[in-house]
Amino acid sequence: MAIKLKETVKFEQQSDNNWLLDVKGYGCPHVQIYAEKALKKLTSGNELTLVFDNPSSGESITYLCTANGDTLLDRQEDGGTFTWKIRRA
Amino acid sequence: MPAQAAINPATKHPSRRRGFLIAAVIATLVVITSLIYLSIDQRFVYLLVYTWFGVIYGVFLQYGRFCMASAVRDLFAVGVPRMAVGVLIAVILYAIISALIQQAGFNTFHAHPLGWHIIIGGLLFGLGMVFAGGCASSSLYKTGEGNLGSVLVLFSISFSQAWLASAGGWLNHLVPASWTETAAQAQMPEELSVTDGWFDQFTAGYLWELSGTTLVDFFALPANLWSYLFGNALVVAILPALVILLLLYTFNYRKIYIRNRTNESGLGYELRGVWSMFTQSRNTAIAGLGLGIFAGLQMLVTGELRDHYNIFNFGELLAQMDYLDGLSIQDSVFDPGYWYITTQEAQWGGWFLQLLGVEMMDNIFFGLDNGLPNPLLNAPGMMSIGIILGAAILANITGEFKWKWPNNETVILALVGGALMGIGSRIGMGCNIGAFFATVTNGDISGWIFLAGMIVGGYIAVKGIKAWIDWRLARSGFDF
Repeated sequence: MAIKLKETVKFEQQSDNNWLLDVKGYGCPHVQIYAEKALKKLTSGNELTLVFDNPSSGESITYLCTANGDTLLDRQEDGGTFTWKIRRA
Repeated sequence: MPAQAAINPATKHPSRRRGFLIAAVIATLVVITSLIYLSIDQRFVYLLVYTWFGVIYGVFLQYGRFCMASAVRDLFAVGVPRMAVGVLIAVILYAIISALIQQAGFNTFHAHPLGWHIIIGGLLFGLGMVFAGGCASSSLYKTGEGNLGSVLVLFSISFSQAWLASAGGWLNHLVPASWTETAAQAQMPEELSVTDGWFDQFTAGYLWELSGTTLVDFFALPANLWSYLFGNALVVAILPALVILLLLYTFNYRKIYIRNRTNESGLGYELRGVWSMFTQSRNTAIAGLGLGIFAGLQMLVTGELRDHYNIFNFGELLAQMDYLDGLSIQDSVFDPGYWYITTQEAQWGGWFLQLLGVEMMDNIFFGLDNGLPNPLLNAPGMMSIGIILGAAILANITGEFKWKWPNNETVILALVGGALMGIGSRIGMGCNIGAFFATVTNGDISGWIFLAGMIVGGYIAVKGIKAWIDWRLARSGFDF
């Protein structure tokens, strides 16, 4: 039973300034940890589209953005799947 | 503060109406099921009180994302104190309510015996809750959000407890001789093999030799409201909670608060900073307030019903109704009268194993104390089901409900974490609710010891999970 990360996590550059992190299927604390790592990877002004479906992770990510000075540009919810856009400070 | 105000409102999913409909269907089913119980026997109102309070707890837990695992874990994993602050505010509020309930004469709390088992139980529980992605209570509300990984956590908590409470065999080799000698001297009914099984000997040979107390009882303070408020609530719960809150502010939140306020200073400025930290945890604090009020009300209502039916335990009522299967030797069942999570889950596992032919009633935990009632007659068990349904109602209304299938990694973590939480909660005599929340808020310091164990366990588990993620990232080729 091999567990391959690229089958469960998607992290890819969409364009020059935009990255996508898709961690659907993961709960706490994986979503927060992957989100924090992805945001650290981004340079200032870059944007991250974060897709997740664990509601409670959103609370921690909101706080994380506040602490780091990052800006939550948009939050969308579609049938329990959350798509957030965050701009790196 | 950064520009979080610029967040656009969450987009509403077009099928939100469907969520309202499902929530209404669930609520209607709860009402119909309640009416069926009452039509069979009106004395089932005792069980339904548990169920309906469970529904209310489920709504508050889901609203506030109330999670002890998050409180400990997010602090170490990503430096976020939001949930820790919310839980501590809830502790303060619930302690005040508990004191009022104590004065009213309906407090059913019993202090836990003090010993090394509390910190070991807390440590195992802390490890487990971080691996599992949620504590005992949050696994219930997350199940209500459609998280099937949390269902596995519940499964694992249930069966690991049932196994530990009843297993002998090789586990007997781990029992100190002194426990066996002491257990053998206990005057126990013949049906119970108290010198066979680790948990029986732990209970009769170790736990029963210990004592526990509340601050008011320890100092023999007069039994009045001021003693409960200033002894049990203020000294044991509120002051320690305030100290931890100030530490969280000083070492974590303050640097965020002062970033855009470099020209300000003084006590008023710091107090506004503390208040700002509280408001960051607004939902959890509101949930804590609601949980505190309703947990107190549950004690009150259950106490009134016990008076009304002239009983001490629901087992007596079940016996009066001729439901004798699953009662303990003392005709009792697990019936704490307040918010509790793990023991009823142990009963679910034990009941199922007994159904498969495993002898589960020859031990102290089930056979003498808690019994193994059918899950449909298990009042605290119905409270847990109520929590799941209450969370499902709110999650459907807010559009957050989604069936989530766990991947292989989540399955393994859920089963391992659930088992550690189950074993930890039996050794520590409860979970984050029964061994921590309910104890410290009733003047029993054992809960802070359990929390210390949980923090150590949580810290180790966070380090382990971060190392696991780093290892996987290094092998995956991801450029994180």
